[in-house]
Parts: sequence; structure tokens; C-alpha cells
Amino acid sequence: MAGIAVSTTINGDAVEYLCQPDETLLDVLRDRLGLTGAKEGCGTGDCGACSIILDDRLVCSCLVLGAEAEGRRVETIEGMAHGDTLHPLQQKFLEHAALQCGICTPGFLIAAKDLLAKNPDPTEEEIRFGLAGNLCRCTGYDKIVRAVQDAAIVMKGA
Amino acid sequence: MRYIRPLSIEDAVGQLAGSAGTAAILAGGSDLLVRMKGGFAEPELIVDIKAIDGLSEIRETAEGFSIGAAVPCAVLGENTALRKAWPGVVEAAKLIGSKQVQGRCTIVGNLCNASPAADSVPALVAAGAKAVVVGPAGRRTIPVQSVPTAPGKTSLAKGEIIEAILLDKREPRSGDAYLRFIPRTEMDIAVVSAGVNLTLDEHGVIKSARVALGAVAATVLLVEEAAEVLIGSRLDEATLERLAKVCAGACRPIDDKRGTIEFRRKVAGVLAQRAATSAYARAGGK
Repeated sequence: MAGIAVSTTINGDAVEYLCQPDETLLDVLRDRLGLTGAKEGCGTGDCGACSIILDDRLVCSCLVLGAEAEGRRVETIEGMAHGDTLHPLQQKFLEHAALQCGICTPGFLIAAKDLLAKNPDPTEEEIRFGLAGNLCRCTGYDKIVRAVQDAAIVMKGA
Repeated sequence: MRYIRPLSIEDAVGQLAGSAGTAAILAGGSDLLVRMKGGFAEPELIVDIKAIDGLSEIRETAEGFSIGAAVPCAVLGENTALRKAWPGVVEAAKLIGSKQVQGRCTIVGNLCNASPAADSVPALVAAGAKAVVVGPAGRRTIPVQSVPTAPGKTSLAKGEIIEAILLDKREPRSGDAYLRFIPRTEMDIAVVSAGVNLTLDEHGVIKSARVALGAVAATVLLVEEAAEVLIGSRLDEATLERLAKVCAGACRPIDDKRGTIEFRRKVAGVLAQRAATSAYARAGGK
């Protein structure tokens, strides 16, 4: 089976791959392209660990087919830092210890990036609401919310 | 399994009608991919309708709004004119899933998934929305409530696609609202839901009304007796009490872990009262 030929853009780079019709974009990213930052938690769109940004929309990559990425723009956690310079959200997650096991972290960072891009000055409620599609079983969410609040301050000043 | 992305609705209809095995329409995929993952759906053909011209647009026409089948619910919430005209429909669509799901899920998908608890459906039925169905025999426009026929089943024939949802242009002094009960604050499936759509006369008297209840029967219920209770009133206490009684009586709910029959009946009445109160205020009534 040859598969479907897909041309897309991932983190600004033109990428081509072959995938099967029932293969999710998450599986393509992880198993074919070696981009293992997006995690598979539930595989059914409930946990947000596989969050990516597709044409400026936050989505679960487990609920997108690899074939659907044709001609579109994909942003993953791998595109978040600039070389060795962490994104302010990544830096603040470290400073606030907003993670323990780390499985949910890439999804939270992508969701928080999307949230701040659309709402640079969110209230705590807006942050909690905006990140409600991401589950974390370690932190109790509080440290994550603090990290996002702190990152928003840094990003507004930049 | 084959995946195709046709560029015209005619091509999509032809492919669906001509497929020998099971075929599935893919818009947002937030139901389809979950069913495929769980082994509940194994389509031999997936027809992605997102590249079809016009299906990803909300159009404001002389008659009202036409919402394309591939428009994600998040986009409904970003459309100021739609939000202003049909706030109840938009608030219902915005209740479906997380931010991640909002970026993908569609109201046509919500309708065709045919869950009795679908959030956008009671709001659409209350709004008198219509579905534009395209199939091998051509185009027809049907009321939204005639689409779901049973849990997971629709009235659509092989090869048929819902192209768009139509919402009428608003008369002055109109308002709609949708409310649901869930045991959590967000991200859950409705135990009971209610959509109410009202138009008032210049004295604040309700001149037309539609009341729809969700998750209390196999399909959404359009409760005509409830509309009759509302029409001619200014939504006084006695009217609200009668509304709750009629809605509770119209329910045919099941008993399950999320709610008993008795609980669902009572909550249906309460939600109808609250949705009516909200719709009345949005229509400019007091």
C-alpha cells in the first residue's frame, strides 16, 4: 500500500509524507516524522495531550487525519523554542514547576500559546476555561495557571 | 479504506452514492474519528467535504444566514452578526467540547451524529432552522427536526449530504436561548436541555414561540403545547409555571446513571423556564 501523498507545512518547513487513509495526524507526526512532542493520552479528543495548531486553530491531532493536513499549516511543540531560547511559556512552566510527569506539558504549552495569541491579557477564569480541554493528573492545575499568568505579563512587555 | 477530498458537492454526492460499501462524511471528525478509533465505524470510503467551495463559509443573505456544513463551531462564535441575531444557537454550538474540539466540530455533524443529547440541535429546532440536503435526486430543504430519527440514525438517504443550515432573518423583538444541565461546570453531555425562541409584539406580548427539549426522548422534542402556553403572555409567573408543567409532561426520558426519569422531567421544566426568561430578555421584554 503506497498511501496518500501529503504536502504540508510543519513549523514553517515544507514537509512531504505518505500516510494511510485511516492514519491520524498524531500518528504521522510521531511515527513517520519523528516529532514525538505531541503525546497520545486518550486518542479520543478528551485529554488534549496531542494538541497542535492547524491553520491558527487549536485542535487535537488525534482527531485529524494525516491526509487532512494537505496544503495546511501545522504548528507543534517542536516549533515553540527558538534554538536554545525557550518560549516565555516554556520558561515560566519551568520556573513555576508547572509539570511533574510531563506527558500533558506539550499540549498545555500549545494550548496556552494559542490562548495568549488570541487573548494576550486573560483573566484567571479565561485561562482555566481556555485550558479546560487539557487534562493534568499531577499538578492540580494551579501551577499551570500561575505560569500562564506570569508568561502573559512577560509577553506583553516584550 | 479510501480517503477522498472532492472539490464539488456534486462529486461528493456521486462518490457517496456510487460507493459499494459503507461511506462516511468527514467534516470536523470529532465524532467520526472517535467511532473509528473505538471500532464502532469502519467506513470503506471517507469523503472529506472541507475543500468543497462555500461549505466553510457563513453567508448572510436577504433571507437570513446560511451556515456551511464544514464551518467549525468556533467560527460561529466569532461571527458578530450571527451572535447578535441567534445568540441561543451560538451559545449551544459553543457548548460542544473543548477549545480543541470547537476548532473542528460542526453543527451539521452534531445534527447527523443523531445523539439525543446533542447540544446544538434543540437550539436549532427552537430557531426553526432548516437543512439543505443535496443528493442524487437534487436539492431539498427540510426542517432540522426531521433529520434525526432515532439515536445514531438519520432520515438521510444514501448519497445525501447536508450542505448548509439555514436560519431565518430575525424579526424585530426576537430572542433565543439554550440551556443544558450537566453534573459538572463544563465539558460534559447534556442530561437535559432546552431551547426557546420568541418574538414579541410592540407591547412585549409573545406573538410566536418555539420550545425544544433535548436528552429527554430518543430524538429532540419540539413541544408545541409549550409554545401555545407562551403565546399571548408577557411571561408572568403563572405562564412560567404552566410552561414547566407542560414541558415536564412532554418528556419521555430514560432512567440512566446520569439522571432518573423523575429528575429529567423536573429539570426539563426548570430549564425551559430559564431559557424562556433569557430569550424574553434578549427579545427586549422585561
